[in-house]
Amino acid sequence: MSQIHVTTTVNGDEVEFLCDPRETLLDVLRDRLDLTGAKEGCGTGDCGACSVTVDGRLVCSCLMLGAEAEGKEIATVEGMATDEKLHPLQEKFIEYAALQCGICTPGILVATQNLLEKNPDPTETEVRYWLAGNLCRCTGYDKIIRAVMDTAADLRGAS
Amino acid sequence: MQYHTPGSFEDAVAIAASASGVTRFLAGGTDVLVQLRTDLVTPDDLIDIKHIDGVHDISREDGGWRIGAAVSGAEMSEHAELGADWPGVVEAMDLIGSTQVQGRATLAGNLCNGSPAADSVPAMIAAGAWVTVIGPDGERWIAVEDVPVGPGKTSLTKGEVEKSVHLPARGAGGGDAYLRFIPRTEMDIAVVGCGLSLTREGDVITAARVSLGAVAPTALLVADAAAALIGSALDDAALDALAAAAEAACNPITDKRGTIRFRTHVAGVLAKRAAKIAYDRAGGAK
Repeated sequence: MSQIHVTTTVNGDEVEFLCDPRETLLDVLRDRLDLTGAKEGCGTGDCGACSVTVDGRLVCSCLMLGAEAEGKEIATVEGMATDEKLHPLQEKFIEYAALQCGICTPGILVATQNLLEKNPDPTETEVRYWLAGNLCRCTGYDKIIRAVMDTAADLRGAS
Repeated sequence: MQYHTPGSFEDAVAIAASASGVTRFLAGGTDVLVQLRTDLVTPDDLIDIKHIDGVHDISREDGGWRIGAAVSGAEMSEHAELGADWPGVVEAMDLIGSTQVQGRATLAGNLCNGSPAADSVPAMIAAGAWVTVIGPDGERWIAVEDVPVGPGKTSLTKGEVEKSVHLPARGAGGGDAYLRFIPRTEMDIAVVGCGLSLTREGDVITAARVSLGAVAPTALLVADAAAALIGSALDDAALDALAAAAEAACNPITDKRGTIRFRTHVAGVLAKRAAKIAYDRAGGAK
């Protein structure tokens, strides 16, 4: 089976890789680019642990082929912090203990960052619907929602 | 598996025509990739249509709309004019999956996946939508209700692919709605779905189309249910006749999502509720 050569941008850096046509973007990120933030939970687009953005659009990286990434702009959780400085959402998730086992956390951070870019002042209902495809089996979601609402308020105050 | 990125539908069709094994067309991939990853369907040739001109466009056409085969649900929901004309169709598409799935899933894909429970399909049928299909013998139009022929099966022949979905001009006094029943508020598959579109002159309904999903092997266009509405001002008698016609059309199965009896009852309830929403929208309600 011939490998496909792909050139794409991940977190602002141009990267090239060879992949099997059957490999998902998630496989490529984790196994070829050593970006293991995105997780495989279900592999069928139900759990959101593999969430990334592609050209600014939130997607499940398990439901996209690596080959489809050609020429795209991919953003993963690894791109959220600036050097040692965490993104405000990451800071707030720690402050609120909005995670326990942490498997869902990278996907939820990417998803909520994408939400706040589109809608800086979401209602709690909007946040909950936006995150309906991000399953967390530890927290019961309450701390996650509080952390997101508080971050949104902080970011609005800062701007 | 060979991955192809043709630059035209003619090239896509030629690849499919010359393929000897299993072929799949790839747009949003939210069904194709699940089938691929679970070893349900492993295509020998996977033909990605997203590099073809026009497939990402939502455009005006004869007063209605043309929606390219690779337009995502999120792009439809963000299109204010489309949502003003056909809110029921846009809402039906938006009910499918999560935010992440909306970033990729397409209207054309939801139709050609052939699920009896596909949310967008009853809404499209109610709207009178059709698809342009291209294949080895050229292009043809198919009404949406004529595309599914059974669970997972469509009337598209080997090598045919959907180019675009078309919605007619909404016209004055028109309104549509789609409702589904699921046991939770998000992230589930319809137990029953109902799409309904109607036109009003004053208080009187002059035209209607009613479609039910998940209550038969394919989504149904229920002419008797539409007839129950036409000529009425959506009074209680018309609503009861609508519900009775919707229930009579049901031919569901009992499974973990719902029993035959429950599905049949809910079909009538949803038809009534959808009719009220569509009627109010046709009267100018936002």
